[in-house]
Amino acid sequence: MEYFVQQLVNGLTLGSIYGLIAIGYTMVYGIIGMVNFAHGDIFMLGGFAALIVYLVLVGLFGGIPIALALFIMILVAMVMTGLWNWVIEKMAYRPLRGSFRLAPLITAIGMSIALSNFIQVTQGPRNKPIPSMVSSVYDVFGISISLKQIIIVVVTAVLLTIFWYIVNHTPLGRAQRATEQDRKMAALLGVDVDKTISITFIMGAALAAVAGTMYLMYYGVIVFTDGFTPGVKAFTAAVLGGIGSLPGAVLGGLMIGLIESLWSAYFTIDYKDVATFSILAIVLIFKPSGILGRPEVEKV
Amino acid sequence: MAGTNTMTKDPILKVDHLSMRFGGLMAINDLSFEAYRGDITALIGPNGAGKTTVFNCITGFYKPTMGMITMRQKAGKEYLLERMSDFEVNRDAKVARTFQNIRLFSGLTVLENLLVAQHNKLMLASGYTVLGLLGFPAYKKAAAQSIEQAKYWLDKANLTDRADDPAGDLPYGAQRRLEIARAMCTGPEFLCLDEPAAGLNPRESLVLNQLLRSIRKDTGTSILLIEHDMSVVMEISDHVVVLEYGQKISDGNPDHVKNDPKVIAAYLGVEDDEVEEVFEQIEEIAVAAPGETPK
Amino acid sequence: MANMTNTPESAGSNLMARALREGFYAGLVALGLFVLFVGLKTDQNILNELILVQRWGLLAIFVVIAAVGRFLSVAFIRPYLAERKAEKAAAPVKDANFFVRNFSMIAIAVLIVYPPIMVGLFGFQGSLKWVDNFGIQILIYVMLAWGLNIVVGLAGLLDLGYVAFYAVGAYSYALLSSHFGLSFWILLPMAGIFAALWGVILGFPVLRLKGDYLAIVTLAFGEIIRLVLINWTAVTKGTFGISGIAKASVFGIWSFDVSATNNFAKVFGLPMSSSYYKIFLFYLILALCLLTAFVTIRLRRMPIGRAWEALREDEIACRSLGINTVTTKLTAFATGAMFGGFAGSFFAVRQGFVSPESFVFLESAIILAIVVLGGMGSLIGIAIAATLMIGGTELLREMEFLKHIFGPDFTPELYRMLIFGLAMIIVMVWKPRGFVGSREPTAFLRERKSVSGSFTKEGHG
Repeated sequence: MEYFVQQLVNGLTLGSIYGLIAIGYTMVYGIIGMVNFAHGDIFMLGGFAALIVYLVLVGLFGGIPIALALFIMILVAMVMTGLWNWVIEKMAYRPLRGSFRLAPLITAIGMSIALSNFIQVTQGPRNKPIPSMVSSVYDVFGISISLKQIIIVVVTAVLLTIFWYIVNHTPLGRAQRATEQDRKMAALLGVDVDKTISITFIMGAALAAVAGTMYLMYYGVIVFTDGFTPGVKAFTAAVLGGIGSLPGAVLGGLMIGLIESLWSAYFTIDYKDVATFSILAIVLIFKPSGILGRPEVEKV
Repeated sequence: MAGTNTMTKDPILKVDHLSMRFGGLMAINDLSFEAYRGDITALIGPNGAGKTTVFNCITGFYKPTMGMITMRQKAGKEYLLERMSDFEVNRDAKVARTFQNIRLFSGLTVLENLLVAQHNKLMLASGYTVLGLLGFPAYKKAAAQSIEQAKYWLDKANLTDRADDPAGDLPYGAQRRLEIARAMCTGPEFLCLDEPAAGLNPRESLVLNQLLRSIRKDTGTSILLIEHDMSVVMEISDHVVVLEYGQKISDGNPDHVKNDPKVIAAYLGVEDDEVEEVFEQIEEIAVAAPGETPK
Repeated sequence: MANMTNTPESAGSNLMARALREGFYAGLVALGLFVLFVGLKTDQNILNELILVQRWGLLAIFVVIAAVGRFLSVAFIRPYLAERKAEKAAAPVKDANFFVRNFSMIAIAVLIVYPPIMVGLFGFQGSLKWVDNFGIQILIYVMLAWGLNIVVGLAGLLDLGYVAFYAVGAYSYALLSSHFGLSFWILLPMAGIFAALWGVILGFPVLRLKGDYLAIVTLAFGEIIRLVLINWTAVTKGTFGISGIAKASVFGIWSFDVSATNNFAKVFGLPMSSSYYKIFLFYLILALCLLTAFVTIRLRRMPIGRAWEALREDEIACRSLGINTVTTKLTAFATGAMFGGFAGSFFAVRQGFVSPESFVFLESAIILAIVVLGGMGSLIGIAIAATLMIGGTELLREMEFLKHIFGPDFTPELYRMLIFGLAMIIVMVWKPRGFVGSREPTAFLRERKSVSGSFTKEGHG
């Protein structure tokens, strides 16, 4: 039982990271109907930004309190990846908006290849390990919960709340939802569609940057290829939850985190990704638009 | 019920106690009617009366909640359409249809659109692709025949000049005719047309009427059509079924329906822009209608 | 600034002011983008701790390039392009010349004489690189992309896991040949059949899915197959892969095994060289490509091919015409997969070694990119795209002279995938419908007119 709860805690932590990335996929999909394949690499970029900021901070002020350091890392990484995603949207995706559905997908795949190789070229191909930043571990009723895990779950929960508020209760959120429903009509009613889409990309990137920072802190290592697997898992999470649905993305992320940790714990770690992908396939076969997705009505 | 086509009265399609529920909404409620062989039957009714839903049930795109739809072919073979999937309704029962919002293969040429419609016949002739791929003469012959068939319908629909243009490039009226020609290329016994005159100008409407009449005359295909344009309905249909809120309120020949107080009430009570049309009809036949005021 | 002659002075200076302003902003944005990733580099010291190396000079170069580039683009390049566009619109459309009209015939002829020319130019040993790295490598991708084209380009079903069928083909050859000693010529069709079977098995459950749901599930299946290949070590030897795969022979008549008595070089009394085998492989893959093209062209004119294209245009209309869309989709999946399987068994025979590493998602992405960049459905466009993208990146391996410019530490190969990714973006933004966006009709009454890309749809499956 304790073992099981322990795995639940681990899965929840992992799922939080996937959920944060998945929101970026789902938001961009919701607003312009495009699968932003480069989003996983934006996440990796965020992790690298956090890494470099951490090294700068340690270099400048050796004994900086770790909470402050983490805060600055998250903040700078958010700004940094937000800027990247803003530029990427403007240069690579905007010219293709409204054209042929596959063109932006291919551009996004190209962007993903370019981004990961850009980091390989500028930062080197090797693993980048950092010493453990947070190492406290608490024992709660026989289950060991590390401070890292608490930070990840708390930060995710706080961000999701803020985010939830923005999308549902602010003019920006209203503009986003309007653009999602009908871009042309929204523009006619005075919504600045370009700006709304840009902000959506920036928000998605900022959340991915937080995920990247958390990932770096949790695993203590990052490498230029790290965008792919978490990216695909997060995309899987978004689709599993029903792409376009924000709660769906979080739910999907948590589900995938739990599937992974429970499968690794009770069966074999080798096939954990096979399990994830198989469950995705099975869910979609029975519920073709994901768990919380609106079913696509076939209009005859 | 005032009958039409008093000579034969051979039903090609029988709809029995058809009901279709969407969540809490009863789109069709216990609807029964018949369409007779060789007739042009019109299904009319105010917006939201459930006409397209009836069509989708007949052509297999929706599975009705209850009821039975029987298609009886010329040779006597009967099909229960509600048990068949959409493509089987066309392939086996020989029921073809068009769509309210035209669904052409816009990137294929007009000719290719008509060839796609002959898919099942050609698949058989090509030995499910294998023999055709190896260049067997049987397929070549069938392919040539299919082009002839397409030419026949191109000519009928007055589209021969545009045969090699992409279907998406045609003007609206031509697209409507092409969709009908494409449906006819599947060799149906029963043709369902969903608002074929919608969006057409009076001249195009006239051409359409001629096309429909010649389809019936030359191929003996029975037609069921949904239409808002009363001039089309009254002019070419032999039999009219009126729906309101998913129920049949009138059934009979055009004259009978035109004078049915229930129909007049339904139109006057529901749809502003059609009131005028109904008034015109009333004036034309100069009937003093005591029941014209809505209840 | 010839184009500015007929505009007022003030417009010119306005343009300059705008260009300067935009250049400045671009520099600023570039500073923001690159300050962490270019200005600072994470490196390991002797103690294996991460340290930062500062590269402010390089950062300055990046910023200056961005600023100047933006300035030039706004001030000169864009007005020039706008003018060119206007000129082009005014000019009458030229008839296709001889070269364009007979492009495919000329291309095939060039490919047939390619190996002898390379041998003539570089000798047997020197031609290896050109025949193998360029010729065979490009042709494999041409074949894969033509195979995927059936699924994506014709039937409009987005498949992100095509590489799975390539893997099935490669592993069926590798396993059956090493366990049962079957020859290439028996295993080639078998690999195709296995891959087609897998296409049906994987295709069946996902047929109800549409668009991006289909894409993610095909991606998932691709990953599942790769992960199984990695983890099922008892059969696949996992990441070590299967090596020592038997070579193909010329229909069993001449072998390329050095020890065999019917060795090709021995029979003809030629000096031993590995290039004969490579040249044979070149013609083999060329023949396989031509087979793929032939079948695709034939199929497009058959009811099944027309049904695929109709499916891409409108699935509901297809069903209303009595077309069984389930079997139609499955045949598209199976046919595409079959060609993937053929290509896979060729890959195994060429490498003599297969491992899961060759079948990663990136391969699927590259193949799909070639299909879309070339123009969905267009065989010629796809072949051009494969040549440019694969040949181009192979060419980067050869850029040894760049070492003289950037110093001996410079490895052009490192930049290969970076440039590949950027090229994908640039080509797509430049030509969203690919190199050949129009579609050739499969039948005509009077004259064959290409269908403009603006009418064709890309499918929703």
